[in-house]
Amino acid sequence: MTFVPKPKARHPLLKTNEIGLTRRDYEAIVSTLCAGCGHDSVSAAVIQACHELSIPPHQFAKVSGIGCSSKTPSYFLGNAHGFNSVHGRMPSIATGAYLANKELKYIGISGDGDSASIGLGQFAHIIRRKVDMCYIVDNNGTYGLTKGQFSATNDRGSTSKRGVPNLYAPIDLVSLAIQLGASFVARSFSGDKQQLIPLIKAAVLHKGFAFIDVISPCVMFNNHEGSTKSYTHVRNHTEPVIDASLIMPRDEITVEYEEGTTISVPMHDGSELQLRKLSDSYEPNDRVSALTYVQQAQEEGEIATGLLFLEEDAVNCHDILGTSDTPFNGLEQESLCPGVEKLEQINDSLR
Amino acid sequence: MTSFNEFVIRFANVNGSGSASANGMFAKALFRMGIPVTTRNIFPSNIQGLPTWFEVRASSREYFGRRDKVDIMVAMNAETYKEDVNRLESGGYLIYDSTRGRPRELYRDDVHEIGIPITKLILSEFSDPKQRQLFKNIVYVGSLSALLDMEFDVLTSMVASQYRGKDKLIQPNIRALELGRNYVLKYLPCPMEIQVKRADLVGDRILVDGNEAAALGAIYGGATLCAWYPITPSTSVADTFEKHASRLRVDPKTKKKNFAIIQAEDELSAIGMVIGAGWNGARAFTATSGPGISLMNEFLGLAYFAEVPAVVFDVQRAGPSTGMPTRTQQSDLLSVAFASHGDTKHPILLPATPKECFDFAADAFDLAERIQSPVIVMTDLELGMNQTLSDPFQWDDSRQYDRGKVLDFEDLEQIERYGRYVDVDGDGIGYRTLPGTHPSKGSFFTRGSSRNEWAVYTEDAQSYINNMDRLNKKWETIRSLMPSSEVEHRNGRAGIIYFGTTTTPMNESLGLLDENGITLNSLRIRSYPFGPEVAEFIDAHEKIFLVEQNRDAQMKSLLSFDLGIDPKKFVSILYYGGFSISADYIVDEVTEHYVVNKLPRLREVES
Repeated sequence: MTFVPKPKARHPLLKTNEIGLTRRDYEAIVSTLCAGCGHDSVSAAVIQACHELSIPPHQFAKVSGIGCSSKTPSYFLGNAHGFNSVHGRMPSIATGAYLANKELKYIGISGDGDSASIGLGQFAHIIRRKVDMCYIVDNNGTYGLTKGQFSATNDRGSTSKRGVPNLYAPIDLVSLAIQLGASFVARSFSGDKQQLIPLIKAAVLHKGFAFIDVISPCVMFNNHEGSTKSYTHVRNHTEPVIDASLIMPRDEITVEYEEGTTISVPMHDGSELQLRKLSDSYEPNDRVSALTYVQQAQEEGEIATGLLFLEEDAVNCHDILGTSDTPFNGLEQESLCPGVEKLEQINDSLR
Repeated sequence: MTSFNEFVIRFANVNGSGSASANGMFAKALFRMGIPVTTRNIFPSNIQGLPTWFEVRASSREYFGRRDKVDIMVAMNAETYKEDVNRLESGGYLIYDSTRGRPRELYRDDVHEIGIPITKLILSEFSDPKQRQLFKNIVYVGSLSALLDMEFDVLTSMVASQYRGKDKLIQPNIRALELGRNYVLKYLPCPMEIQVKRADLVGDRILVDGNEAAALGAIYGGATLCAWYPITPSTSVADTFEKHASRLRVDPKTKKKNFAIIQAEDELSAIGMVIGAGWNGARAFTATSGPGISLMNEFLGLAYFAEVPAVVFDVQRAGPSTGMPTRTQQSDLLSVAFASHGDTKHPILLPATPKECFDFAADAFDLAERIQSPVIVMTDLELGMNQTLSDPFQWDDSRQYDRGKVLDFEDLEQIERYGRYVDVDGDGIGYRTLPGTHPSKGSFFTRGSSRNEWAVYTEDAQSYINNMDRLNKKWETIRSLMPSSEVEHRNGRAGIIYFGTTTTPMNESLGLLDENGITLNSLRIRSYPFGPEVAEFIDAHEKIFLVEQNRDAQMKSLLSFDLGIDPKKFVSILYYGGFSISADYIVDEVTEHYVVNKLPRLREVES
């Protein structure tokens, strides 16, 4: 079996978004991942988020590396181009694609093996370069396709399916992203779509590098007792610190929060991101404080989730480089080729 | 007997001492006197304090290859003095700083020794320590102007134009030139028997290196992204791309740039960005050398298999591993031709002159988009980093970029079903679409894993075979698009094949061999895969000499692989010491082959 297209039949009551598209228009072929895989929930959340944002699907470009997570761009936004590249090297593909056309929305899907091991270098450097994209890591702490080796995000002492403990300290991608200058850093859980969908929406709208680490349990190799990436463990140990909700321009604001606990962030498309602090001691606009909080929670065996850090009005790579308003892939030859007269001047300067 | 405009001069310096600009000025002055010149910088992998040499070859016959011995040695480095003195031809000229004495055993009876008290002259004239250091180099250039009978005002006007805007530097530089010149005129017999005189042999040609030429070609070819990682000897491709693009590619009103340069974290990332941009419809390139090619292997295989355009400049250096990073070789040939695992192969362009670096660079972008695959332009340190006489760059304003087969919105509207890898035209090349083109048609998934012609993932054996066979069909299309070889028939019975910088000494080699009664027909390979003329040339000769600058005769393997030629047909001439191959070496090897095998020479056959 290779792929199964989804039936085209449409339920008459399927809700359409602002541009008249249903959720189905944001779907793609049927997933071939294992039943119950957390990654499928992430794909579903991406579909839901993009539908709710009313952005035409073909205005996205999907990029990924190699691994179970990196297969998933096949399973959402079927009308968008996708690029399933090389293990750990999606960031460079994303950077090149983004430099070629700044007008598309870029969604990168990676995994913990892809971003924290083989591709840690590229992960670090795409953050430094402030590529404007939504970068999601489906983090299950294991190598599924090669049958259950530990990955670098696995906690020390967490056990394999055969009961062998992991001996090495984990790499926390959220801490790295905050430290390296990402302007939007979130963590969520594939089992919590209430939290995840608004985060994806905000990440897509965010102008800058938006990173979401999604704990996404592997039902085959890392969902047993003793694993710190199992559904049960994650459910019992998550600590939401910020509740994010995105208010679209047409939405009525229905919930009133207690004064001082809500931060309102205007997004570039006119919508508004509302952040509700669930913990008093948390400052999501302060890099040092956010980093400290995240690491403290980790020390205590808890997983801080929500929008953990946000820098408003962040600069992006194109701002830094001072590139043309027209995307590079739309520049005509006359803007690119200096012509024979200039070449004669160059020849003269070399005589 | 006095000779004119025909010599090799070598400057032995210490790197970081500021000699490069003085030596460059000397070469440029000869060029401006209408004398054909080439330069050769022999430098260590080091920033300051190690020996470095700069050679200028002036040749009215345009013999530009390296020579083992030199006619004039400017020996400014005590550390290499012995070696430098030994490198002189008998009857040559040794110019040295006579401020301090030299050990007796370093004297040579068979050369002219010209001592100039350079340090002493400087100390009496300049007080600033930095100037004292720098102007030593200017003083010997001044002395040479008298010794070689150069036109002095050519030098002084160069100083004036070089320091325009920093006017207070002009006078001291000219003063330093005069110090050297006047001392020689006053105290030494001058000029020497080796002299220069104004000629009209340069025409409209230019003096430039291959890396700058390639960078300009990339600008003219429409490259918008240069993603690279610093590595000798390719670095100046990116540097000069930035220099020229900052002038030529900035919107005069908005000041925004129609280009981007990203210094990547490594070569993997550099090629990844190039491929990402190529996939998204922008022209992009990277410049690297052998170690970078090694790192790019996986990605190059992806681009071949997923069919994404990319342009790579490989400015080759010497050796496996770090090897000799500041020496030249042609030893990446096989690793580039087959870069990556699986059945992967890439087309290669092989320029031999700066003009060709420019042309092939611009062409590479058209070619890469036409064939939807990486194109690798292979030069080397010899061509990339040394200024040499070149035809001027040319461009035809009516030329239109070939953006290859890309479907836009209207095209997609006309199509019932789009398939990325369907061979519609029978040339093995499908139609691309770019992300964002159409709301419901034309999207596809690019991947390095197997798929059918509709870009749908499959592990079906026949689909895989069909795809690989189509890629081979495309390979034949590529063959028809590559620049063909340059063939010259001289009525010889044997042929000689060469490529890239092995071309540089060939003019001289063929002349010398002809004098020895060995006349060879020649073929210069300019690209891979090879055109039909290569097989024809090989078939038409009993014996083929194949000259390359690597140990393992890599071009021989490639010719055998691509054309099915029996490798026994070739007599390999291989040089891999890291300097460019010299005419003498080629002549000796060919001649020796005739002697050892007791083969009749052409003249003997005729008589």
